[in-house]
Amino acid sequence: MTAAIQAQPDERVAKKSLTDRLVVRPEIGALLGAVLVFVFFSVVTGQFLSPLGVATWLDDSSTLGIMAVVVALLMVGGEFDLSAGVMTASTSLVTAILATQAGWNVWLALLASLAFALGVGAFNGWLVMKTGLPSFIVTLGSFLALQGLNLGVTRLVTNTVQVSGMRSTSGYESAGGLFASTFDVGGTEFQSSIIWWIVVTAIAAWLLVRTRFGNWIFAVGGSQVSARSVGVPVVRTKILLFMGTALGAWLVGSINILRFASVQANQGIGLEFQYIIAAVIGGCLLTGGFGSAVGAAIGALIFGMARQGIVFAQWNSDWFMLFLGVMLLAAVLVNNAFRRRAERVRR
Amino acid sequence: MFTFKKLAGVAAIAAAGLILSACSGPSADNSKSSSGSSPSAAAPSTGGPLKVAVVTHGSAGDAFWNVVKNGAEQASKDLNVGVDYFSDGDPGNQARLIDNAVAQKVGGLVVSMANPQALQTSIQNAVKAGIPVVTINSGEDFSAQFGAIAHVGQSEGLAGQGAGQRLKAAGKTKLLCVIHEAGNIGQNQRCDGAKQTFGNVTTLQVDISNPTDAQARIRGALQSDPSIDAVLALNSQVAARAVAAAKEASSKAQVATFDLNADVVAAIKDGSILFAVDQQQYEQGYLPIVFLKLYKENGNTIGGGKPVQTGPGFVDKTNIDTIAPYAQRGTR
Repeated sequence: MTAAIQAQPDERVAKKSLTDRLVVRPEIGALLGAVLVFVFFSVVTGQFLSPLGVATWLDDSSTLGIMAVVVALLMVGGEFDLSAGVMTASTSLVTAILATQAGWNVWLALLASLAFALGVGAFNGWLVMKTGLPSFIVTLGSFLALQGLNLGVTRLVTNTVQVSGMRSTSGYESAGGLFASTFDVGGTEFQSSIIWWIVVTAIAAWLLVRTRFGNWIFAVGGSQVSARSVGVPVVRTKILLFMGTALGAWLVGSINILRFASVQANQGIGLEFQYIIAAVIGGCLLTGGFGSAVGAAIGALIFGMARQGIVFAQWNSDWFMLFLGVMLLAAVLVNNAFRRRAERVRR
Repeated sequence: MFTFKKLAGVAAIAAAGLILSACSGPSADNSKSSSGSSPSAAAPSTGGPLKVAVVTHGSAGDAFWNVVKNGAEQASKDLNVGVDYFSDGDPGNQARLIDNAVAQKVGGLVVSMANPQALQTSIQNAVKAGIPVVTINSGEDFSAQFGAIAHVGQSEGLAGQGAGQRLKAAGKTKLLCVIHEAGNIGQNQRCDGAKQTFGNVTTLQVDISNPTDAQARIRGALQSDPSIDAVLALNSQVAARAVAAAKEASSKAQVATFDLNADVVAAIKDGSILFAVDQQQYEQGYLPIVFLKLYKENGNTIGGGKPVQTGPGFVDKTNIDTIAPYAQRGTR
């Protein structure tokens, strides 16, 4: 008997089966959930698979997806950013007010709002690291502050609660061409935000799994103390992550303002939780140290497909949130079952 | 597993696709007098009941929009027209709901435009796809320009002016105007209208989704400025909070409001609310379905390019008894 045991290779270098290798990936649960949701609505509704239908739910997923991906990186790093939702409106407002009220060229206004976003992101990160308070609390504060700032400044400058008139500013067409154009696939218009979403996901995935910075993210999220003791620059990493969510919010804010040509002072409130749930569906843990950018993008896709699919299915809209909640819960449960299996495999 | 090379490849292909595909940016607004593309006359209806999608900006569960929804549903029953009702307060999401209805090839579209610019592209796409659009409630100035066949609503500025006039006639001197939706331009127009005819008006911002907080803020405003002798609420839920707040602050302020509900009816009867400006939003749900049916089956249009006004009607002690039962059943 003992000889038989010794003949087996060490379990740490044993070859794992393909299913086992797949199952340990954080995004596999989300992928399965996405396939389920996709098949379900394709069967139940007539228009879900039509080119226009696909364009609609991809459009819905795209801006959510950009934010879900950057928020996922931050969550892997062990932090939350509750100001991310309202930040998408703040950046839109800065751009719109500078362009329409101060008469700036749109490109300059976009640069100014980028600087503003990165500043707020850096401030969030710096405050979290400086005080040692949970980022949940710190960014809740900045979320409320930004919400007030959005309304206060907008009313002060324009005497109303919407900033519009972007279409007649200088540089609108060229900036819109980059951020908010449409591209034609077989006669159907798709929003370019879908491309942005794919690009942001690709960059974030590469950053997370192929670079030293990605290792730092996992390290600071897994255990800050251990990370610091092996020489990971914890403070810099976390501040950069907060600036990352702000950068994402600026991108989404720019896409929105150039596409819709107007922005409301109360936009974006409550979206931060959608970003978090999309990231969690994609396999991120609330405790940090585990997750994936591709998973978060798929989580956003599930969210978008469910949101538009419910409309295509023409279910009574009174129950809309119930459907959405149940569907997302189901996706998270599927995920969880997979993660258990994954942990067994790893052991 | 991804490799960096593959990833860079994917990104490059995506970027190239963006450049190479027939890429069209948003169009700028160069001419101020862009005339709306007039929708071509409807083809004779081709059997099957008409299907209409109603897409509004009201939050789900809002009392005002519930009446609009009831109107649309009653019209659906009376006229044998299929009606689907959807709402989202975020302009981007509302635009996507319109795109969704277009993808579903609905026979008609009813849209409330709290934020016209954000909905412009989606509505014009619907018009381009040959779907007749009726706009409701707000955005009357843009309705024809976007190619809608009619607008049904109440001019907010006029209604605000009417409210201001009535309060002045009642001998009030200082008015607090309570705004409850931060992003709603119509509410600002109402307060501005009241300012034009009344004069001394301050605005207060509250959050409709948190009634406790709304009441506390109105109470605080009344306590900190005892010279306020009138409060103008812009919705019936806020009106009930304002009445309670005035009582708690033992302020002399009397409340007037926009919109009716059972509470407001009771308050008008017992005199704690002076009057209500009623925009009869049931008609904003019901009439567009009628218009779309007529347009579809007989090529009729209505309003002659001008908004069809559903208000302002004023409800006070003199006519409350007639209207009370209707408010009770959710149609006023």
